Amino acid sequence: MWLLSCLAGWAAVALLIWIAETIFNGASPAISRFGLGFIGSRVWNPNAAGGIGSFGALDFLYGTLVSSFIALLIATPMAIAIAIYLTELAPRAIRRPVAILVELLAAIPSVILGLWGILILGPFLGKHLEPFLKSFLGWIPLFSGTPSPYGMLNAAVILTIMALPIITAITREVFESAPGELKEGSYALGATRWEMVRMVMLPVARPGIVGAVILGLGRAFGEAIAVTQVIGNATQIKASLFAAGGTLAAQIANSYQSANPGLGQASLIYLAAILLVISLIVNVVARLYVRRVRVR
Amino acid sequence: MSSTERPLRPEPSRPAAIRELPRPAVGHSVELRDLNAYYGQRHAIKGIDITFAPNEVTAIIGPSGSGKSTVVRCINRMHEEVPGARVEGSVLLDGEDVYDPRVDVTQVRRLIGMVFQKPNPFPTMSIFDNVASGLKLAGTRGAELRERVDRSLRAVGLWDEVSDRLGAPGVSLSGGQQQRLCIARTIAVEPEVILMDEPCSALDPVATLRIEELMAELKQRYTIVIVTHNMQQAARVADTTAFMLDGQLVEHGETTKIFTTPDDERTERYVTGKFG
Amino acid sequence: MEGSAIAAAPRVLAAGPGARRRRAVNRLMEAVSTLAAGLAVAVLGLVVVSVVVKAAPAISFRFITTNPQISPFGANTGGIANSIVGSLILVALATAMSVPVAVLIAIYTTEFAGGRIGALIRFALDLLNGVPTIVTGLFVFGILVLGARQSGWAGAIALAIIELPIVARSAQEVLALVPSSLREAGLALGLRRWRIVLRIVLPTALGGLITGSVLGVARVAGETAPLLFTTSTFSNLGLTTSPSQALPNIPITIFGLSESAAPSDHAQAWAASLVLILFVLLLSVVARALHERSRRRIRE
Repeated sequence: MWLLSCLAGWAAVALLIWIAETIFNGASPAISRFGLGFIGSRVWNPNAAGGIGSFGALDFLYGTLVSSFIALLIATPMAIAIAIYLTELAPRAIRRPVAILVELLAAIPSVILGLWGILILGPFLGKHLEPFLKSFLGWIPLFSGTPSPYGMLNAAVILTIMALPIITAITREVFESAPGELKEGSYALGATRWEMVRMVMLPVARPGIVGAVILGLGRAFGEAIAVTQVIGNATQIKASLFAAGGTLAAQIANSYQSANPGLGQASLIYLAAILLVISLIVNVVARLYVRRVRVR
Repeated sequence: MSSTERPLRPEPSRPAAIRELPRPAVGHSVELRDLNAYYGQRHAIKGIDITFAPNEVTAIIGPSGSGKSTVVRCINRMHEEVPGARVEGSVLLDGEDVYDPRVDVTQVRRLIGMVFQKPNPFPTMSIFDNVASGLKLAGTRGAELRERVDRSLRAVGLWDEVSDRLGAPGVSLSGGQQQRLCIARTIAVEPEVILMDEPCSALDPVATLRIEELMAELKQRYTIVIVTHNMQQAARVADTTAFMLDGQLVEHGETTKIFTTPDDERTERYVTGKFG
Repeated sequence: MEGSAIAAAPRVLAAGPGARRRRAVNRLMEAVSTLAAGLAVAVLGLVVVSVVVKAAPAISFRFITTNPQISPFGANTGGIANSIVGSLILVALATAMSVPVAVLIAIYTTEFAGGRIGALIRFALDLLNGVPTIVTGLFVFGILVLGARQSGWAGAIALAIIELPIVARSAQEVLALVPSSLREAGLALGLRRWRIVLRIVLPTALGGLITGSVLGVARVAGETAPLLFTTSTFSNLGLTTSPSQALPNIPITIFGLSESAAPSDHAQAWAASLVLILFVLLLSVVARALHERSRRRIRE
């Protein structure tokens, strides 16, 4: 028993290392050819240099960062608000049910969210929300392009739906562990409920919330399927949120079958290597803030 | 309360500091009329009638579970924060019922401050910010804020100890200092009444004595009600004492009388240590 | 009340400074919080209702029980039975591979390993959990599919890698909940360590371990990315049950249909989604209900 379990334990560690090693090995033709400049290069042309191809990750890195950050920009205040509702405002009877419902958002398979994004959210964005935003805020570059059902905004909304449950769940846990005597102390000074939340709960919960946000970020970075379904998969960087784009994960999902072997495939695996490194860093940093990494 | 009874005297606090606070025109009385309190179905406080005289320290004593803490929490309307808790009856601050539906409960709590059993300075705030926290809620800013914080810290005798590190976290102080910080925080908003729920039970004897001295000064400005399970403390600090048993007020009178010649037999049994 | 007219002390019934504004801000924030919660629940409802409503035209008993039949125009006039079977096989294989290993890992870190080794393995599990699923799929592709061909085994292994940290984490929590008094009782009886684990700890924790496995199943049943490179090109339209071949499965089927332009394909995508989402949501709810119950029981 001891031997078996010991092997199993170390197998987990070994597996992690093996994954990293395999990915970096697979990417090595591209790494040796393009080096770190790959990360800053915008070219993604399979046909350049006489059919061998010239590749760079920047467009996708941009897409990953922008779509994820927008998602978190929307998801974080919303998650904090929901956590406040669940810990302070909701009638006792509906606390657990509502909390479970919010967590169930995380259980929706990403391919189904992507389908929903293509067929329902997309048309809504393209025909209603984006023209509306453009008419009022079109002077801001973010809202300046041609409204379209596919694009960065669609991806950001989908990622918001995915990140929200994680941030909410952790924030709620941290709020629930806020010491009651601090809450009483602030009420005794004459604070309203919102003032108490601002004075006591938010400051005390701050490390946990930061960790939750970082974990949500990690989730958003790594999502391939739903994003590739809705983002339009264009290798470009545009200021407008309505425009199509690509992310690291989505590009891998999108192009792998058609990539030319050799440098093409190796470049895609290089993208995976970058994604892997980013995800691991995010996870490690999140752990500094959240002791226990919540399993989704 | 002669000084010969206190061998371990820390360096003298500054009684004059309390006079720096603005002087109210009259003292403030609190009257409880037929006060009943419930935790769900449990009838915790059963029909209490009592008046706390202005500028006096009244101690509420009694065995555990007698409802002492619940009573004071009804005075500043903290009891209703407990889910399922309910209050009936009136609590009159200078004749005005704090339970009147037109009343804003946050205003009640500003006028009736509370110090808790375990010192609870806000951990993410500095010493200064802790004392200022109540003031900031009311919109006090700038120079007036600083001045009132200084005055409060002086009034509780903390100024000399912390004036050079007002930016340090509130929780970096010792237990006794933290409790005085909480008292400073409470008086900074200029309440009329101060409720204290076993304020010294988590403190060492030296810190306890300092706070008892502080109470004697504070009562010049505020009406004080203190819950305590320590009868010696009640004898030391209180002008009036109330004895509670099982949610009911058994007896209420001058402290010396309660402890030497109480009217009620139950009171006598309690103060002589026969139970509780 | 004479004397109270003199300046200073505000009265109880008089509003304090800025009280009306503070009350308004408080009410606003309460409204915002409630709205946010409502919005989240509404989105969940919206997605689920969309799936149900849009699946209606295509969902039927036939849909679930027939294999695809591609008409000359490319439309599927049959069903997705082979995908359902394929998914069941993949998930079953993945669970059979990952759960025993996960439980063993949990046993190692809770019963045998020292603090630092346990921390290292927990750390590795967290990192494993954070690996994007598409990278995991690429990894398995690299070691199993490259130079060979796609297979159900490759897909199942990819799913197993994803399921492993989830089940292991849950198992660790559950095992840690088992009171040490039980273990001490075993030691006092002279039992060897491994016997204690097998006969005392595991049976006590069984409920929680099952719950953790159900959570893992719920998660991997819906995963698409790991299957993208490992079991996505199917040679046979009929029922395939051998894992040595690429197994059709629901997520990849939905993915493929979602990228198509034909509305009939979309309807089928919704119908397949209905099957999948019912399965996953049901499992999630069941797992959560069991979770609470088993934790309570262990503590008693």
